[in-house]
Amino acid sequence: MEPQFLPAAIAAHAPALLVMIPLILSAPAAMITSGRAAWVMALLGVGAALVLAAEIFLATRAEGAVLSYAMGGWEPPFGIEFRIDALNAALLLLLGSTGFLALLFAGPSVADEISRQKQSLFYSAFLICFAGLAGVASTGDAFNLFVFLEISSIATYAIIAMGWSNDRQALTASFNYLVMGTIGATFFVIGAGFIYMSTGTLNMADMGRAIAEMNGNRAVEVGFAFILVGIGLKAALFPLHQWLPNAYAYAPNFVTTFLATTATKIAFYVIIRFRYDVFSIQTGFVTNAMLWVITPLAIAGMLVASTQALFQNNVRRLFAYSSVAQVGYMMLGLGMATSLGLSAGMLHLTNHAMMKGALFMALGAFALSYGIRRIADFKGLGQVMPMTSAAFTIGALSLVGVPFTVGFISKFYLIQAALDAGWWWAVAAILISSVIAVFYVYRILVAIWVTPPNEARKASPKRVPLAIAVPLAILAGANLVFGVWAEPIVDMARAAADAAIAAGVNP
Amino acid sequence: MIEIIADRFTYAVILVLMMVGLYAVIATGNLVKRMVGLSIFQTSVFLLYIATAKVTGGGPAIFDYSDLAARTIPEDAIYANPLPHVLILTAIVVGVATLAMGLALVVRIREVYGTIEDDELSEIDHDDELKKGV
Repeated sequence: MEPQFLPAAIAAHAPALLVMIPLILSAPAAMITSGRAAWVMALLGVGAALVLAAEIFLATRAEGAVLSYAMGGWEPPFGIEFRIDALNAALLLLLGSTGFLALLFAGPSVADEISRQKQSLFYSAFLICFAGLAGVASTGDAFNLFVFLEISSIATYAIIAMGWSNDRQALTASFNYLVMGTIGATFFVIGAGFIYMSTGTLNMADMGRAIAEMNGNRAVEVGFAFILVGIGLKAALFPLHQWLPNAYAYAPNFVTTFLATTATKIAFYVIIRFRYDVFSIQTGFVTNAMLWVITPLAIAGMLVASTQALFQNNVRRLFAYSSVAQVGYMMLGLGMATSLGLSAGMLHLTNHAMMKGALFMALGAFALSYGIRRIADFKGLGQVMPMTSAAFTIGALSLVGVPFTVGFISKFYLIQAALDAGWWWAVAAILISSVIAVFYVYRILVAIWVTPPNEARKASPKRVPLAIAVPLAILAGANLVFGVWAEPIVDMARAAADAAIAAGVNP
Repeated sequence: MIEIIADRFTYAVILVLMMVGLYAVIATGNLVKRMVGLSIFQTSVFLLYIATAKVTGGGPAIFDYSDLAARTIPEDAIYANPLPHVLILTAIVVGVATLAMGLALVVRIREVYGTIEDDELSEIDHDDELKKGV
């Protein structure tokens, strides 16, 4: 690849380094005993990944640019290929930047929530999880994708379970996620196996070529169904989302922030990759599956999960249900099977990472100061912690889709795409789901700003440390800035959608 | 019907194993048994891959190095496809890691809750939530 701003020797291996640096750093992070040193090491690893992701992002900006990296010099389709175009470059940049911001926030938050001896192991597991997600987003080999998926998942189960010192339900939540996640990953292997049996290749681009030459092969179709269900589980596609609310509600605050902004997004990317690149756009079976299976489930998720969110008293679980609903929005964009729909889905993916990042980070700041998570406990927080409350409010308004926030931009493009496809009923569903969102956000905001604080709350709280205030301000600011100046992310989403579709048409 | 099954006997066995595993995961309330079910389910998928690697009349793809160097192996030599075996070796490692992680969680759950029966766990969790007023 053409080096952008890094030295050519590093730029040439950027795709591999992006995964390897965090993975290798996880070993020394596990060996040192100081939690703070492990945190610095994690910052180094994720920071390096962010720089490399920026390099890759710039290198794939030209239209139709595809970065192919042959692992170990074994040429694809026989060797493992890392294949990056505008679609996964955007994902990698998102993963790097939200991962880095979340990790800044981790410093004080993890120090508060996790026992001293476990902190370095915690950061080590986090680095493995990060490397796994980066691997899923960059690999072009179906089986390699499964291995990275499991690397990230197994590390995720561990870091979710670390929330047990605050609330033992983290353990059962993590165990349930482990059972469901493993079933999902195994379904993916079955699906990849079916496609491998029919095409004789594991390279995704090569699979695409082979499938395009076949005329309707039942084994390949079954393979697609297995992959859709398996990855749908990881992406928390309604009704496969049962693991998500408890996992998000009881994991350490940092883990929830990181997972909510990245993990389900990467799984969503895998679905896009298989839907468009392995199965070309015209495949009737796939289009029908999207229209008759994914779209109804997406809409059901938007409505049902939003309604479930209304009845939650635990704020983190409330936003977890809202995340399931937001996955519905993204899937709806994917289900439209148009370029506009896909780019609206990608746009919402990026924007949702910004808003949920800000929201969960603010919740983490509240938890750090007061150790609270129920709506009833949020009374009068606006008076004692005005800045954090303001950032939280920006995130919440963005979630509803108030103008001048990114939430409005993504809903605007989603509705535009739905109207373009003639799906007025989808527009109705988007609007109804947004109205429900107004209600659940309203409950919290009233508690924060209108209800007076109780007496105990008036005692001055712990100051919010800089390591939380800065990333929170950046994320809340991004919600506003990109809500007004939307071109950069809209362009990025459009380029990503075009790359996904182009790769499928001429693999 | 019998012929269809006899033709695809391996697949029939794999299918039965797969369903046994999945059923065990869903039906049992004991967390350790659930992990066992999960392992059976994963193993059935390993068998699925291995079964497809078999080529009628083919042995393992292992050749004498001297033959390779002298290029005396006949062009039409038949051997089993080694790639699925390699993939499954990796998948077995992943399966072991998952099993270890799951069992570690079960041990910790037993320590903290004093039980590994799912219905008792949900009852305790429910009581916990009521106590906290969530």
